[in-house]
Amino acid sequence: MTVRVGEAASAPEFATAAKQLLTNTQLRRNVRHATNVIRAKRGKVVGEMPDWQALRESANAIKDHVLRYLDFYLEQFETACTRAGGHVHWARDADEANRIAIQIIQSHGETEVIKVKTMTSDEVRLNAALETAGIIPYETDLADLIIQLGEDKPSHIVVPALHRNKTEIRRLFMEKMKLSELGEQAEDLAAAARRYLREKFLRVKVGFSGANFAVAETGSVCVVESEGNGRMCVSLPRVLISLVGIEKIIPRFDDLEVFLQILARSATGERMNPYNSIWTGVTPGDGPEEFHVILLDNGRTTVLADAESRETLDCIRCGACLNACPVYRQTGGHAYGSIYAGPIGAILTPQLQSMEHSQSLPYASSLCGACYEVCPVKINIPEILIHLRGKIVQQGPGLSERLGMRAAAFAFASGGRLGAAQKLARIGQMPFVHDGVITSLPGMLGGWTAFRDLAPVPRESFREWWAKRPTKAKS
Amino acid sequence: MSAAKYEILGKIRAALASPGGARSPDRAADYAATPRAYVQAGSLDDASRLDLFADRLHDYNAVVYRCAEDELASTIAHALEARGKKRMVIAHDLPDSWLPPDFDFLRDAGLDYVALDESEGVLTGCAVAIAFTGTIVLRHSTGGARRALTLIPDYHLCVVFADQLVETVPEGTRKMRAFGTAPITTVSGPSATSDIEMTRVKGVHGPRTLDVILVLRLP
Repeated sequence: MTVRVGEAASAPEFATAAKQLLTNTQLRRNVRHATNVIRAKRGKVVGEMPDWQALRESANAIKDHVLRYLDFYLEQFETACTRAGGHVHWARDADEANRIAIQIIQSHGETEVIKVKTMTSDEVRLNAALETAGIIPYETDLADLIIQLGEDKPSHIVVPALHRNKTEIRRLFMEKMKLSELGEQAEDLAAAARRYLREKFLRVKVGFSGANFAVAETGSVCVVESEGNGRMCVSLPRVLISLVGIEKIIPRFDDLEVFLQILARSATGERMNPYNSIWTGVTPGDGPEEFHVILLDNGRTTVLADAESRETLDCIRCGACLNACPVYRQTGGHAYGSIYAGPIGAILTPQLQSMEHSQSLPYASSLCGACYEVCPVKINIPEILIHLRGKIVQQGPGLSERLGMRAAAFAFASGGRLGAAQKLARIGQMPFVHDGVITSLPGMLGGWTAFRDLAPVPRESFREWWAKRPTKAKS
Repeated sequence: MSAAKYEILGKIRAALASPGGARSPDRAADYAATPRAYVQAGSLDDASRLDLFADRLHDYNAVVYRCAEDELASTIAHALEARGKKRMVIAHDLPDSWLPPDFDFLRDAGLDYVALDESEGVLTGCAVAIAFTGTIVLRHSTGGARRALTLIPDYHLCVVFADQLVETVPEGTRKMRAFGTAPITTVSGPSATSDIEMTRVKGVHGPRTLDVILVLRLP
């Protein structure tokens, strides 16, 4: 089993990566602008909904219900999709999913694939696997195309190239699309992408997608998008492969009435995104003749096993928590070292990897709760962050920290011990006190003084003063 | 059962059997207990519902025409003239009564993608429309154009009958559910992107221009 979340296992710690990214003022300006725009739009279209909280409650309850009966719904989906002419595959981990996809593509003798934005394929690093197998993947979402052509990494769940500005994108397109001239406006750049991709849409025989929702009762798959590249990828090729995380299942078709209402408003601040494609198996005379679904675990069953943080799997990848997060808004997505950035990434990435990697991520938060407030499926992210921090401490290698805590517990347990400890500290702190404050401490304690001063232990504690105070005579 | 399926389902069952993971054996009752306090049915009268839909379409920069049923062909002619279109692709089963004279209508009998790409546009009806979100629901293949027809051409003229219009998204999805296994596309404005500096660009890969004719045929 190799659970893989992009390249998160080898990414530097959040604090290290963030420190460097914070010096990039251009990046910070781009991130701030993008998140401000989406937040304002989201606020407007969420504000006009009379039943927003009721929709959140329902979405949360439906997702929780699905997770409680996930085995049933997955099998129900498989049965319905198969009945409609689809093929369902199961993949335990990233490599297995990639192997299945490559086999399908090679069985048709094809060497090119058109892809509509799928985070899950980034998670399993499908593109790298395809390229190794001699298959060329074409990303067709505008932002993903910018990332792919620039050999860059996504920095946001919904708008992955928000860290790039027009000038950078123009230069990139001119070089990679071999254009001698190109206008400077966003319209010109979008038109260039249209021309570049159209020939591929009409020609390439294999399409690849993720899924926003997979309906158990009907076997239908739903892909939500804006540009029309999704419609191209799921309806024009002869063969379609959809990689679906096992948590994407919803019980009934009618449940779409909840999720379609909350997703676009939360993700892009639109009342409804321009296009939703919903298809069921194969339809003779319309669209792909062959349809494959790969149901992916890749650590999701591990997340499911912890009842306290299970609701992480409720996520519908709207990205609202990223835009709301005061930490993300400063650092951008790359600091998280994972394709899943921001608050949701901080809880999802380490859990998928059985808490063995990305352990700095649950600390990449001030626990302000803004993420919980905007989450359309009401995932209590702050509570899960604290839960995961607890897990890290329990399993953690921080022996000195644990010994320190144990010593502190021993001292605080009795007044006498506390008094003795304070006396010791008064002597121990002497070399570090300058002008009445401690500005720098050695070793692990330096973590505190790196960013703030510490008040020294006072000459006399309250208890000592209380014991010495003159007792008033009764009058 | 494949080894992978067996293992994944086994892990799910083990995970759900863990402390705190208990579930009631009655799945249907558990589902029925999910709260549904959101707005399900609309409350607008017919005229206001149409106005709301037209408003939403204007938000998307669609040109909206209104006409009576017997004016449909002439309104289609008017809309096509306004866009300078002469040759339009139509689905195999589009009613002849819709078609104005003096235009070329190319009935789809398996046109290839290149032919669609070179066409001037496509004229279709729809299956359902949702006023609250300005959404047009296309049901494909059976009783509608196949998906490529409303996707590859750069211009889409869509006819919506007033009795196809519902107010809320739940009212719309419930109608969509009855389509069975037919592919469905919902269209809420022309294709768009905000991927470059959050500047909204209308028209990327799907039809860059969408016009709508509202036919005032009421049940």
